[in-house]
Amino acid sequence: MSTSTGNGSRLALVSQRLPQHQIAGLAGTSFKHQHLPAILADDVPGGFFEVHAENYMGAGGPPHAALARIREDFPVSLHGVCMSIGGPQPLDRTHLTRFKDLVDRYEPALVSEHLAWSTHGTTFYNDLLPLPYTEATVGRVADHIDEVQETIGRRLLLENPSTYVTFVESTMSETAFIRELVKRTGCGLLLDINNVFVSATNQGYSALDYLGDFPLEHVGEIHLAGHAEQQDDEGELLLIDSHDGPVADAVWKLYEMVIARTGPIPTLIEWDSAIPDWPVLKREATAAQRILDRHAQVGSREKFRASV
Amino acid sequence: MSMKSTISSAMLASAVAAALSSLAVAGPLTEAQVKSAMDAGKEKCFGVALKGHNDCAAGPGTTCQATSTVDYQGNAWKFVDGGTCTTMKLPDGRMGSPEPLSRDMPS
Amino acid sequence: MQASSRIPTAPVGAAGSYVARFVPPLLDPEQQTPALVSGPNGKAAVKRFNVYRNNVTVSLIEALAATFPATERITGETFFRAMARFHVRETPSTSPLLFEYGRDFPDFIARYEYAQSMPWLADVARIERAWLDVYHAADAPALTPDALAAVPPNRLGDAVFMAHPAVRIVRSDFPAVTIFAVNRATGPVSRIETSASESALITRPELEVAIRNLTPGADILLDRLLSGVPLATAAEEATSRYPSLDLATAIATALEAGAFLAIHYGEKP
Repeated sequence: MSTSTGNGSRLALVSQRLPQHQIAGLAGTSFKHQHLPAILADDVPGGFFEVHAENYMGAGGPPHAALARIREDFPVSLHGVCMSIGGPQPLDRTHLTRFKDLVDRYEPALVSEHLAWSTHGTTFYNDLLPLPYTEATVGRVADHIDEVQETIGRRLLLENPSTYVTFVESTMSETAFIRELVKRTGCGLLLDINNVFVSATNQGYSALDYLGDFPLEHVGEIHLAGHAEQQDDEGELLLIDSHDGPVADAVWKLYEMVIARTGPIPTLIEWDSAIPDWPVLKREATAAQRILDRHAQVGSREKFRASV
Repeated sequence: MSMKSTISSAMLASAVAAALSSLAVAGPLTEAQVKSAMDAGKEKCFGVALKGHNDCAAGPGTTCQATSTVDYQGNAWKFVDGGTCTTMKLPDGRMGSPEPLSRDMPS
Repeated sequence: MQASSRIPTAPVGAAGSYVARFVPPLLDPEQQTPALVSGPNGKAAVKRFNVYRNNVTVSLIEALAATFPATERITGETFFRAMARFHVRETPSTSPLLFEYGRDFPDFIARYEYAQSMPWLADVARIERAWLDVYHAADAPALTPDALAAVPPNRLGDAVFMAHPAVRIVRSDFPAVTIFAVNRATGPVSRIETSASESALITRPELEVAIRNLTPGADILLDRLLSGVPLATAAEEATSRYPSLDLATAIATALEAGAFLAIHYGEKP
C-alpha cells in the first residue's frame, strides 16, 4: 500500500518535472550543440529551439545532456526526419516507439514530421524522397499519420516537401493532397515556406497560388531556410533546399504575406549546413520575430475592432 | 575444472591495494604524450592537407535538407589519392611511405 | 520470369510501386532516370532525379566522414570520399539513426584495395566507431574505488566486474591508438616512429569520451573482465601470456577510466 502511494507521488513528480514554456508567437532556430555556450551566455534569450528527433535516439551521453539543458530554459520543437510516413510499407514500430519515448521524455511544444519517405525494405536512404499524389497514396499516408498520432497521443504537424521531380501518375495537386490528409487525420501542418518557393520554382507553378490553396488555418509552425541555385537539363533554374545560408528575400516576402493573413505562428529558421556562429543565426530569428511582433499588434487591433 | 592457479588471493589483494593507492597515475593520453610520439619522427610530412579537425567529432547528424555538393558520378573514377601523414615503420619492416605517396591513377 | 522483372507501369493495385521503381537508380549511377518521374510539362528529369541521387550518396558519405574524422585525415579527403562512396553503394544504411551507420566500414577498409598500403587504417577506424558507440551509450555512475576497496580480500578472486555501458576495447597489431590520437587532435601530424602494438580502452564515465592506451596484457585482462570472467581467471590468462604484466596498474587504469559498473561474485546473476 505504502509502495503504491510512493509510486503515485513519484509519477506526479515526473509529470511536473519539466517547465512549461509557451511557444505561441515566437521565432526560433535549429539547435546546434556548438551554439550551446553562446546561447546560455546570451543576454537576450528568447525564442525556441528545434531538434531532429533521430539525433537524440541514442541511449545517453552529451546529446541528451545538451537537449535537457536547453529544454530547461526554452520551448523545444521535436522534428522527425526519418519516419518515412510517405512510403508504402508499414511504419517501423521500433522507430515509432523511440519517437514516442522522446515526446514523453522532453514534452516538446511542437512535434512534426515530413510528407516524404526514406526507407525501402530495410534500406534507409537518408533523404526526403517524394511520392505521387493519388487516391491510393493519400489513404496510405493518412493511415500512417493516424498511427503516429495514436502512438504519441498528440497532434502531429506534417511538413510540405521540397520537390525536384513530378510523378507522371499523380492525380492530385500537393495542396489538395495535404488538405485531404488534414481532413482524414486531423493532423496539423508545418508550412515550410522555403520548400514552397523551391518546389514552385522547380515545378513551374506560382508560390502565391500554392499558398492561396494551402489550408493555412491548420498551420501550427512555419519553417524558413536558405536554398542554393543549380540548373536543370534545359539550363533553367533548379533550386536546392540546402539550408546552408540566410533566408532568401522572396521567401521573406511570402512569409510576411502569410503572417499578415494568419497572425503569429511559431516560426523556425533552419540552418543545417555551413552553420554560422550563433549571432548570425540569431539575427535571422530576430528578423522573423520582428515580423511576428508587427502582425501580433495588427492582429490584436483587428480582433479588437471586430469585437467592438 | 578450475585452472591451475599461479595467482594467489594474496597477490590479487596486494595488486588491488596498490591499484587503489595509485589512482591518478594512468590518465588518458595527454597532449604531451601525443606530441612526444610525434616528436620521435622528425621528417616533414608530405602530401596531406592538415585540416583543423576538432578533436571530438560528435558523429553524424540527420539531414532534412538537400545537399548542394555535387557527387553522384559513376564508378568510372577508381582513382586513389594517397596522402598520409601517418608514416611509420611497421613491425615486420614494411614501411608506411616516408615519401609522398605516388598518385596511382588507373584510368 | 520476364513478368516479375519487368517494371510495373500501372499504379493500379500497386500503391507502393513508386518506391520500388524510384530506388534502384539511387545508388547505381549506371541506371537511367526512372520513367515514373519528369520535370514540369513533361520536361526531362535527369538532373532533377540526380538531386536525389546526390543527396543520398553525399549525405551517407558525410555521415561516414563525421564518424571517421581521423581516418579521413590520414587518407586525405579525396581518397576518403572515394572509399566511402564504394562502401555506401555496397552497404547503405539499414538504420534511420546515422550514428549507427559505419559498423561495417572498418572491415571494408581492411579489404579495400587502395588502402592496403595503410594496414593500420582499419584499426584506427575501429577505434573511431567504438568512440561513437561510447559517446551515445547509456549514462551510469562508474564503479568507485571505494566499492572495490569494500570487497573482502578472500572474495577478490571470484569478483566479476560488470561492464559500464560506455566502455569498449579495440586491440590492434599496430600503434593504432597513437595514430588515432594525433589525427584526432588539432595540431599538425608528423612522422610517427613506433611499431608497437597498441590497444585502446575507450570510456565515458561522464560526458567526455577518453581514450587510454593499454599495455600488452592489460588489454587481455580488461577484455576478459568486461566479458564477465572472474578476476582470478582473467588475471591468470593475462599473466600467463604476459608474465611481466603489472596487475595493479592495469586495475587502476580501468577503475580510473570508469570501465566498470558494479561488482558481483561468481556466476552472472
